[in-house]
Amino acid sequence: MGNTEKIKEKYDEWVREFLLPTLKKIPEWRKFATLFGIDIKPLYTPLDVRDDYLSTLGFPGEYPFTRGIYPSMYRSRLWTFREYSGFGSPEDTNRRYKFLISQGQTGLSVAFDLPTQLGLDPDHELAYPEVGKVGVSIPEVASMSILFDNIDIRKITTSFTINATAAEILAMYITVAESRGIDKAVLDGTIQNDILKEFIARNLYIYPPLHSMRYTTDIIAYTSKNLPKWHPISISGYHFREAGATAVQELAFTLADAIEYTNWVINRWKMNVDDFASGLSFFFAATTNLFEEVAKFRAARRLYARIMRERFGANKSESMKMKFHVQTSGAALTAQQPEVNIIRTTIQALAAVLGGAQSLHVNAYDEALALPTEKSVKLALRVQQVIAYESGVIDSIDPLGGSYYIEWLTDIIEEETMKIIDYVDRLGGMTKAVEIGYPQRAIAESAYQYQRMVEEGKISIIGVNMFREEREPNIELHRVDPVSRERSIRRVREVRENRDREAWERAIRELRRTADGENENVFPYILNAIRARATIGEVSGVLRDVWGEYRPPSIY
Amino acid sequence: MPKPKIIIAKLGLDGHDRGAKVIARALAEAGFEVVYTGIRQTPSQVIETAIQEDAKLIGVSILSGSHMELVGELMKIMRERGVNIPVLVGGIIPPEDRDALLKMGVAAVYGPGTPLREIIDIVKKLVGAS
Repeated sequence: MGNTEKIKEKYDEWVREFLLPTLKKIPEWRKFATLFGIDIKPLYTPLDVRDDYLSTLGFPGEYPFTRGIYPSMYRSRLWTFREYSGFGSPEDTNRRYKFLISQGQTGLSVAFDLPTQLGLDPDHELAYPEVGKVGVSIPEVASMSILFDNIDIRKITTSFTINATAAEILAMYITVAESRGIDKAVLDGTIQNDILKEFIARNLYIYPPLHSMRYTTDIIAYTSKNLPKWHPISISGYHFREAGATAVQELAFTLADAIEYTNWVINRWKMNVDDFASGLSFFFAATTNLFEEVAKFRAARRLYARIMRERFGANKSESMKMKFHVQTSGAALTAQQPEVNIIRTTIQALAAVLGGAQSLHVNAYDEALALPTEKSVKLALRVQQVIAYESGVIDSIDPLGGSYYIEWLTDIIEEETMKIIDYVDRLGGMTKAVEIGYPQRAIAESAYQYQRMVEEGKISIIGVNMFREEREPNIELHRVDPVSRERSIRRVREVRENRDREAWERAIRELRRTADGENENVFPYILNAIRARATIGEVSGVLRDVWGEYRPPSIY
Repeated sequence: MPKPKIIIAKLGLDGHDRGAKVIARALAEAGFEVVYTGIRQTPSQVIETAIQEDAKLIGVSILSGSHMELVGELMKIMRERGVNIPVLVGGIIPPEDRDALLKMGVAAVYGPGTPLREIIDIVKKLVGAS
C-alpha cells in the first residue's frame, strides 16, 4: 500500500471514529465556506494537494512564480511602504508627504481630487464643490512642481492614482523633471491608467470605451520606448472588490483586463509582448479573510505567468512576473467602533505580506468617516513597520506555501477564476464585456448578496452585526482647509494668463489633429500641450470634443 | 395601486456607487418603484427627475466629502421651486456634519454599516406606505 492510500485509510477512520461522534455531541456553530461560496472542509491533508510541486509551485523567482517573483523576496528588500495620500492644495499635500517620509514611508502615492481625475479645471462649475476634497488639486504643471517641492524625484518612486487623465498627469511629471534637469528615462513610478476598471467599477471615465482604450495603450507604447523604468499601467482589481466583487471575480476581471490591454498593444502597435510586458503592474485589495486573500495572491501570480507564456508566447521571465501593490480594504472599515479597524487592517496587511506584495498601503482607522489625520495615517504606517520588523513573517519566503489548506485554496481560486476568464473570452474580451455590462452586473449582484449575508448574520462584522455599541465614535477627524480651493483656482487662472499664447495654440491644434486621426500616438502631443502650459481641463476638453463623452446605462 | 416612486441619486463627481445600487435594489425588492439616476448628477438634475417622476422621496449618496455644498444646493433649489419631498442622505458623513444636514431640512442621514431594514423602515414611514 502506497503512502497516499495509507493516509486515505487513516483519514476515513478519523472521520468515522473521531470527527463524526464529536460533531454529534457538539455540532459546528456555523456553516463554513469561502466568501465566494465554496464549502470548506474541517481539515485538509496531503490528499487535497496536487502532487506536482515543480510545475505548480516551483521556487521563488522561477516560473510559475507561485511562491514569489524574486529569489530572495523580503530578506533582500522589503515591500515599498506607500500610504495613499493627498488633499487640498499641493502645498498641504507636500507637507503630508514630507511628514510620511520622515516617519519611514519609502514610496509616495498621490490621491487626486475628482476634478483632476475627470479633466475639469478647479474653476469649472461642476468642479467647484469637489476641489481638494478626496485628493489634491493638480490642474497644471506649476501645481505638480509644488507637490514635489524638495522631494528628490530621481530617488523616490511615486504611484499616481489617475486614469482618465493619466497622460496629462504623467506629462506634468515629465515636465517637472525636465525643468529640474532630470532625464525622463530615469523616472521610476506608476500611473494607474486602467480605464477598463473605471468603466466596470470606479466610474471615473470620460471618453467612450474604444477611445479610452486607445488613450491607455498609447501611453503604454510611449513609455515602453521612452521611460524604461516606468510602470505605465497598474491593472486594478482593488476597485472591483470595493464595489462588491468576490476574490475570484476580483482576480478574474483583473486578468481579463490584462489580456485585453496586452492584445491591444500587440495589435495596435505591432509590438512583441516582451517589449512592454515588464512595465505592466497590478493592484489588488486585501480583506480580513486572511487565508482566502493569501491564496488569491498566490493564484494570481501563477495564473498570470501561465497566461503570459501560454497565450502571448512571452519568453522573458520579466514578462511573466506579476508585480503588485496591495491596499487594505476601505469597504471593510466600519464607522462603528473605528479603533477596531486597526485590528482589521493589521490582518489585511499581513495577508498582503504573506501573499508576496511589492508595495502596500494600509488604510487608516478613521477612513469610514473622513480622510485620515496625521495621527491615524502614522498608525497605519506603523502597522506595516511592525509586520516588517517585529513579526518575523518575512524571515522565510512564502511561509504558508505547502500548507494543505492554502494550497487547496490556491488551486480552487485558480480554477474558479479560469471559468470566468473563459466566459469573458467567449464574449469577445473585456471591452465588449464592459459595453454589454457583464462585469458591472456580476459585481452589483455580489455586492447585494454580500449585504444580505451581513444582514442575515452569515458574515460577521464586529460592531455592525455583532457586539454593537450604541455610543457614537468620538475621534478627531481630518478637515480640508477651505482656503486651498481658492488657491488652486487663482493659480490656474494665472497660468492661463501668463503663458506663451502662440506655443499653447499650436500645441492644442496639433493635439486636436492627432486625436481626430487614428494612426498616431496621442501621448507626445499631450506632453507638448502640457509643456506649453495647457491645463488639464483644456487638454481633456479637446479630447472630449473629438472623442465624445461616455454615458453608461445605469445598472443596479 | 401604483408603487410609490423613489429617486436614488449620486450627487457630484464621485463614482463610488456600491451603496446607492445596493439600496436601490433593496428598496425595489421592498415594493417601491426605484429610479436610479446613475452617477455625476447635479442638484438641479436630481430635482428635475424627482418632479418628472412624481417621486415621493429622494435618497442621495455622497462619499466625496462635498455633501455640505451639494446637499445645501439641493435643499436651496427645492425651497426656491417649492418642491416638498423628503430627502435622505447616505455616505461618508462625519457626525458633526450630520447635525448640520438635519438642520438644513434633510429627513435623515445614514452612514456606513446601517442595516438595510432600518433604511427600508424609515422610507416606508416617510412616504406613508404600509
